[in-house]
Amino acid sequence: MMTIEEFGRRLRARQVTSVQVTEECLRRIDADNARYNAFTLVMADEALKRAHEADKELAAGTDRGPLHGAPISIKDLLDIRGVPTTAASRVREGHVADRDAPTVAHLRQAGAVIIGKTNLHEFAFGTTSEDTAFGAVRNPHDPARSAGGSSGGSAASIVAGMALASVGTDTGGSVRIPSGVCGLAGLKPTIGEVSTDGCVPLSRTLDHIGPLAASVADASVVYHALLGDARTTPAVPMPMHGLRLAVPRKYFCDLLDDDVRSSFEAALERLRAAGAHVDEIEIRHATDIAPVYLHIVLSDAAAYHAHTLETVPERYTPPVRLRLEMGRYIMAEDYVRALAGRDVLVREVDAALAQHDALILPTLPIVAPPIGAASVNVGTSTEPVRNVMLRLTQLFNVTGHPAISIPAVPSSTGLPCGIQLVGCRHQTDALLKVALACEPQITGVSVPRGGTDGG
Amino acid sequence: MTIDAWLQAATADAERRGLSDLKPILETLAKATAALRAADFNSAAGPQAEADARRDRTS
Repeated sequence: MMTIEEFGRRLRARQVTSVQVTEECLRRIDADNARYNAFTLVMADEALKRAHEADKELAAGTDRGPLHGAPISIKDLLDIRGVPTTAASRVREGHVADRDAPTVAHLRQAGAVIIGKTNLHEFAFGTTSEDTAFGAVRNPHDPARSAGGSSGGSAASIVAGMALASVGTDTGGSVRIPSGVCGLAGLKPTIGEVSTDGCVPLSRTLDHIGPLAASVADASVVYHALLGDARTTPAVPMPMHGLRLAVPRKYFCDLLDDDVRSSFEAALERLRAAGAHVDEIEIRHATDIAPVYLHIVLSDAAAYHAHTLETVPERYTPPVRLRLEMGRYIMAEDYVRALAGRDVLVREVDAALAQHDALILPTLPIVAPPIGAASVNVGTSTEPVRNVMLRLTQLFNVTGHPAISIPAVPSSTGLPCGIQLVGCRHQTDALLKVALACEPQITGVSVPRGGTDGG
Repeated sequence: MTIDAWLQAATADAERRGLSDLKPILETLAKATAALRAADFNSAAGPQAEADARRDRTS
């Protein structure tokens, strides 16, 4: 994976052009997309046109900032003018977006080259990207395994060298989960910070839009572009000495695969050795998060899909249709109870962060599950795949706190593991500074990753 | 409505609509709803409403 940082350096040193890197991404899509099902739509002609323009602009002295000329993929849940937004569903057949989502418009203004739209779990309602009209997304680290979801195609596109970064959505972990199982950095900003206009909703209460990228620095660049401030100075790491981290062990470390636990504990040791204070705290009602999340997301999703569930039910994949139908049976009184639970959880996460710069916890309890698996073994327990994949991420959609997944030391079988940092609400930039500081200790490598020649 | 009564009604409705595959999923949802109602931020709501009603009657 070439990072955006590396691409930008080489672009400005005239060692590479946007056209060359875009062509290389298109070559990889051509060679491998049938294998990974990462893209629902490849926008080759438009991407090459934009790349030519980016090179001409730079030659003429116009530099739009760190994303200038960088090929980026977009989850096929966001509107791009003139092309379909399929949400990976046959329900959306015939749709063509008449305008760009604001996030897409911001990326264009930042000079990004939009290379195509990526596959996902149908309507973003799943964690494995298997139930989709375009075929299951496969993890480039092991094509027999899931790339996570719902932004699985976004993650696969980066790992497979088909894009330098991607934009995904995250309602219960859908940016962080694929980032975790594919070895990427994935950021869910504070709720409401990045516009969700022009995005097919899963839950208007819980939806977030955020970047997936090869490094924290790259995620920061794309995040600022999504906000419309592409020229922001790159974030500077917070000093490691004196950094205050908190581990919420109860619930979050109760159910972990042995490899995930080892990777997490080793990262904590490296962080301590580098000068961070690592305390332990408790989020008392974290154990209640699954029913709180479920009642909110199901109700919101059912409300959005009520009409098409009546008119074109056969166009949904059967598992997604059944989950949406389940939401139609939730009672209003239980939805209100879930909202009451959300208020309690917001206060508890705020309190946990009052004396700390960030919470630190694994992103998922497991590595990428095999495609088709309904359940997985975690320690001595057998758990439904969906429940276990959402277990450590969904809380921060409910509370709205910003959270980022960073690649950790891989499992004994070489599969990626992720570690999550969670910051204070409305302080996503502060979280990014913590993440930049912790990234070398978490990844276990002190030099920037990446290195394939993009052109 | 109790969860048992809800589950019975929901299952019957799903079957009437030809969605018998929903039954096990509704049973899972029933367990989640029971857990939600049992959470202490909600378990206080029932007794509190009762206490409020008693207070209103005696005032």
